[in-house]
Amino acid sequence: MSANLAALLYLGSGILFIMALRGLSSPETARQGNFFGMAGMAIAIVTTLLAVNLDFLSIVLIIGGVAIGGVAGAVIAKRIPMTAMPQLVAAFHSLVGLAAVLVAAAALYAPEAFHIAGPLGNLKTLSLLELALGTAIGAITFSGSVIAFAKLNGNMSGAPILLPARHLINIGLGVFIVIMIAFLMASGGDAKLAFWLITITAFIVGVTLIIPIGGADMPVVVSMLNSYSGWAAAALGFTLENTALLVTGALVGSSGAILSYIMCKGMNRSFISVILGGFGETGDAAADAGPQGTAKQGSAEDAAFVMKNAGKVIIVPGYGMAVAQAQHALKEMADILKEEGVDVAYAIHPVAGRMPGHMNVLLAEAQVPYDEVFELEDINSDFSNADVAFVIGANDVTNPAAEDDPSSPIYGMPVLQVWKARTVFFVKRSLGSGYAGVENPLFFRDNTMMLLGDAKKMAESIVKSLE
Amino acid sequence: MEAVDPVIFRLAIFVLAVFVGYYVVWSVTPALHTPLMAVTNAISSVIIVGALLAATATAGGGGEAAAAAAGEGGGAGFSRLLGFIAIILASVNIFGGFLVTQRMLAMYKKKER
Repeated sequence: MSANLAALLYLGSGILFIMALRGLSSPETARQGNFFGMAGMAIAIVTTLLAVNLDFLSIVLIIGGVAIGGVAGAVIAKRIPMTAMPQLVAAFHSLVGLAAVLVAAAALYAPEAFHIAGPLGNLKTLSLLELALGTAIGAITFSGSVIAFAKLNGNMSGAPILLPARHLINIGLGVFIVIMIAFLMASGGDAKLAFWLITITAFIVGVTLIIPIGGADMPVVVSMLNSYSGWAAAALGFTLENTALLVTGALVGSSGAILSYIMCKGMNRSFISVILGGFGETGDAAADAGPQGTAKQGSAEDAAFVMKNAGKVIIVPGYGMAVAQAQHALKEMADILKEEGVDVAYAIHPVAGRMPGHMNVLLAEAQVPYDEVFELEDINSDFSNADVAFVIGANDVTNPAAEDDPSSPIYGMPVLQVWKARTVFFVKRSLGSGYAGVENPLFFRDNTMMLLGDAKKMAESIVKSLE
Repeated sequence: MEAVDPVIFRLAIFVLAVFVGYYVVWSVTPALHTPLMAVTNAISSVIIVGALLAATATAGGGGEAAAAAAGEGGGAGFSRLLGFIAIILASVNIFGGFLVTQRMLAMYKKKER
């Protein structure tokens, strides 16, 4: 195949990837978009295979590799429970990162295979910069995603781990990487040791960067690592002079960056402050000092009675719903209420859960129609017309202190104004404060009733009382 | 004026693609942000293209001089090993990413009227 034809086909696959993302603008076109993505991938792979010289060993390696990886991927995709989606995405990011490191290393050791060797077999200085960046970003993506996975999967505590002088350590490691990149470029690619030092140091940076970030900031971290995996791919796209890789890297990089931005805005925090980590470290002190009052406790029967007689109920799910896997019981409850003639809607805060769109996927899994699920801006004004706000497993995203208490750590964060509803039910395991130890004054208001217990069990007992 | 370095053209493609990505991703409905992450994951595994090149490296690929300058002589063999592992990793992501996206998207249903 001619190089020009191959380049055009790679361009085609890049365009199909753009259409894959474009499809996600609505659930109706999303499935078609996914097929565009698959087609783009198939074109890129076939084009590459037609352009290389295949000998027996390489055919074995390729078929073997795709078979092993493909079967593993397909089995994982089929078996993974929807509640484990955040850690699955983190795990997938780590694989992209590691693949980028391996490809960068291969390009350094066998530049002629990538058609990037100069007349003497040396790599161009610019190629060296590109593959050094590719391996550095890839390595950070890999180890950072492994840590994010461990935190999300519960292999590691979600609490921030703060090393002494961690900012200095990170700066030092960063400077070292820059020096090694310069060294690698100056050596014309002969300083293989510099390459591995860059990679190893970047692995360490990935760890030191993510361990100080707490569990509830994970939506930002997962989005950020998504972005990094894109930039690593783009860096190698430059090295490999491949349009498909360049376009994909740019798309994925900007996609992750936008998601990070949306998540930060949802928490009214700057990206820098999230990345520096340590949010919530003074949580205990704040909780002790918080205003204590008496909260009204209710039972499942009380909740069932009030909601049955309500005109409009808005359900506000949070991470607690995901932990308890309460979405199916919740859907059952909503179905009975709808049969009773109650208008039921769901309100989703942008940072509810552990990754962007986490709640939407869980509700979709429980077969909640997506046109009953609303984003914060679209539903916030409806709480004043609602008889009941049913908050299940969420806390900080409903905290009125974010609007009226400038001394609160979460002041300025956009919140769901559940307190405007006539009655607020809180399904929670305890009266404890939320993330960052912020007390929720809503618990102690007259129109609030606490339903203490596991989210799933509570939803099930409400269903029983309704029947 | 001398000819423009092809690197500049690649830079142009890259920068324009960042802009395309910016506008396309802003139009993604927030309800589909999780599938968005899964599918971006899958497509970023197009890095398999590099893995395939690595797995097909041959010692004499770029002529005698290139092979000699590549150093240890085992460069091609090492590249093949790295390529093989990278193919496995990228394939997990390609199959896993697209299939899990498909599984998620199949769950999004409209109200029955």
